[in-house]
Amino acid sequence: MQKVVEMKGITKVFPGVKANDDVNFELLKGEIHVLLGENGAGKTTLMNILYGLYQPDAGEIYVNGQKVNIKSPGDAIKLGIGMVHQHFMLVHNFTVAENIVLGSEPKKGIKIDMQKAIKDTQELADRYGFKIDPNAVIEDITVGQQQKVEILKALYRGADILILDEPTAVLTPQEIEELGVILKNLVKEGKSIILITHKLKEVMAMSDRVTIVRRGKVIDTVYTKDTNIDELAEMMVGRKVNLVVQKDEAKPGKVVLKVENISALDHRKLPALKGVNLEVRAGEIVGIAGVDGNGQTELIEVITGLRKPTEGRVYINDKDVTGKTPKDIIEAGVGHIPEDRHKRGLVLKYSLYENAVLGSHYKLPFAKGIMMNYNKIKEYARKLIDEFDVRTPNEEVFASALSGGNQQKFIAAREINKDPELIIAAQPTRGIDVGAIEYIHKRLVEERDKGRAILLVSLELDEILALSDRIAVIYDGQIVDILDAKSATEHELGILMAGGTLKKQA
Amino acid sequence: MANKNTTSSKLRAALNTLIFPLISIVIAMFIAVFFVMWAEGENFFTATITLFQAIWEGSFGTSFSIIETLVFVTPLLFTGLANAVAFKTGLFNIGVEGQFIMGIFAAAAVGLIPGIPAVIHVPLVLISGMLIGALWAAIPGFLKAKVGTNEVINTIMMNFIAMFFVNYMIMGPLNEPGKATTPIIQNSAKLWRFLGEANRVNAGLFIGLLLVVLVYILLWKTTIGYELRAVGLNPHAAEYGGISIKKNIVLAMAISGAIAGLGGAVHVAGIQYQAIQLFGFTGFGFDGIAVALLGKSHPVGVLLSAILFGALNSSSLNLQLANIPKDIVYLIQAIIIIFVAADYIYKWIGEKRKKEAMING
Repeated sequence: MQKVVEMKGITKVFPGVKANDDVNFELLKGEIHVLLGENGAGKTTLMNILYGLYQPDAGEIYVNGQKVNIKSPGDAIKLGIGMVHQHFMLVHNFTVAENIVLGSEPKKGIKIDMQKAIKDTQELADRYGFKIDPNAVIEDITVGQQQKVEILKALYRGADILILDEPTAVLTPQEIEELGVILKNLVKEGKSIILITHKLKEVMAMSDRVTIVRRGKVIDTVYTKDTNIDELAEMMVGRKVNLVVQKDEAKPGKVVLKVENISALDHRKLPALKGVNLEVRAGEIVGIAGVDGNGQTELIEVITGLRKPTEGRVYINDKDVTGKTPKDIIEAGVGHIPEDRHKRGLVLKYSLYENAVLGSHYKLPFAKGIMMNYNKIKEYARKLIDEFDVRTPNEEVFASALSGGNQQKFIAAREINKDPELIIAAQPTRGIDVGAIEYIHKRLVEERDKGRAILLVSLELDEILALSDRIAVIYDGQIVDILDAKSATEHELGILMAGGTLKKQA
Repeated sequence: MANKNTTSSKLRAALNTLIFPLISIVIAMFIAVFFVMWAEGENFFTATITLFQAIWEGSFGTSFSIIETLVFVTPLLFTGLANAVAFKTGLFNIGVEGQFIMGIFAAAAVGLIPGIPAVIHVPLVLISGMLIGALWAAIPGFLKAKVGTNEVINTIMMNFIAMFFVNYMIMGPLNEPGKATTPIIQNSAKLWRFLGEANRVNAGLFIGLLLVVLVYILLWKTTIGYELRAVGLNPHAAEYGGISIKKNIVLAMAISGAIAGLGGAVHVAGIQYQAIQLFGFTGFGFDGIAVALLGKSHPVGVLLSAILFGALNSSSLNLQLANIPKDIVYLIQAIIIIFVAADYIYKWIGEKRKKEAMING
């Protein structure tokens, strides 16, 4: 088959990191080719080079057999390359059609020919089997549909080669399936597709071939039908990984966290929580499943005192902590692994030892009166580093010097070592390597077995299913259902996450 | 091995922070030389020699000039430290000038009270300056914490209120008849001039040096400093760690203002012995911003840059004697500030680009 893209010997160096090291990659006409690798492996960098966002330090690119020099996304578009980024780039108060033609609008004199734009959009959508209304406004449609708009935008510009960067990160299981169908349709029409992902299940379901990238180097390119999940995981991480979390039956004890009828506003002052009820008992992991932006962030902020609820009460060990300060709530026995480690979890320009006592910096033995005892603090930081195997030269470096996985392990170490009764783990494994994920999962289960109550919030359904004892599904600011993790299926969760209901067997 | 690494990396980090201020000073001097060439019609080498000779003799050349330099350094220590504390908490206290003026007023007023022994009177004068400065700065701090108003705007307005209020007091209730000043303060309220009455350098210098140490301890050895710096570096993480952002904004402003007010009080008790009607701002507070920026908001850096700025200021008279316009001093200071500011902007952009690179993986 014909090679539509060939990248030879691509090397790209960022200050301190070799993001791509002599990478060879090829895309055949009409195939779906996955670039698989952990966060920071260099897959997005490679694609940004192909799309003209970065210039390679060495190497050559051939498109349709011609050697090309792609200096900007404009050049890439001219060559028929389109890219859909992880973070969508749409104008929110424009309609679908307006967004699709933006930048290459059909004109009638000096005016935009909106009729033609709408007609073109509709034709394009029909041709590839997209169900979408050209006149809908972006902010009113779901994330899944926004993604379709992004894909249509690339097709409208004449893309024959589509690059999709982590396209499934924001989708429900049903939407992921739908995306799979769309991609198959595109391939049938002669398009070639590159998918960037770190999710193994989707690789198996969607792709024809896989190129595995690890630490900036290509490990191998294999046919999907000749491989399996375990083999891919091993190539991606570089060692055997245990993808199944080992855990025994939970032995739930007393209620540690009780959330009663909580309502709250988000940062735009719009209702984000609409009467949430939830209980977490000692010795169990309760997972909150849901599509991003359905109130997860606000719920955690209310429980941890970072946001004031407009209604309802929060109890920790039967003590009413509603509207208390974060300090009071930490003292009430809550450890919190925040969803955004750079925003909340760490002061990046503080040394590790200073970060080690964030939240307990005023307490003995770290401080006596107002004087801090830095010897004790450093000793404690070294203990955290040892215990959680945080890879760092020493405890004096800035937190920003660590990789995401090590930062996350450090935060987990700090929060678990506060000896809390309730651990709130919000997306505890987002954007970190498989090794760190394995470790954090293991620790969370261990802490559960020690009798701590754990509230897990994650956008990764696999993580929720693997760790939770009970699963609460959040949709539009409400807990729509609570399922037993043993019997819950991905399909059921997907329906609930999209706002549907399960027919209860009578 | 590991230890050696950390010391060498620490050294490198220290060098990295020093290199930019040093380069900017050198470039500023270099540009100043060109202006001297232009003004004097001399060639490069003679102009360099003329300029450096004039600055050196005016600041450190004679024992008298050294003493005068120290007189100029003293208030800059206070205002520089005051700005540094605010910067470390992520605040821009342009009101140091006004807090300094309020300190002048408090000291000039409290210093007039007769019949108090010096051991009580001097501390009383200094504490009154600190308190009024703290209050003056806490008001915009409180407004920022409570209703989110910008402290930059409010402190600028507070500067004008301070200046006109103090002028009213000097020309009104506290006026020395026939003069545009307050009466001379009691002898018991004056700071010790340790080189004799004729030399204006006084114990205030030691208070300033002590403060350098105290601010260092405050910022890096106490829970207060831990919280202030955390709020300055990442308020979201601070809040998550149970640190009250609002409390620390008010506290940082109050500490900053107390230091500025103390500087004003020292200026009265050590140098002026009275408050003199202001026809404009004293400039010490604004120079303090530059001192703190050049000193990277580190107390030791503030000390060094206060010495530099003090020396330049005190040499301006000598420059005029050498037929060089004294504005050349402001020129040098301005160029240094531009470079330091450019460094901050450069780093800010660098961080932003790094963040983008991280997002793009």
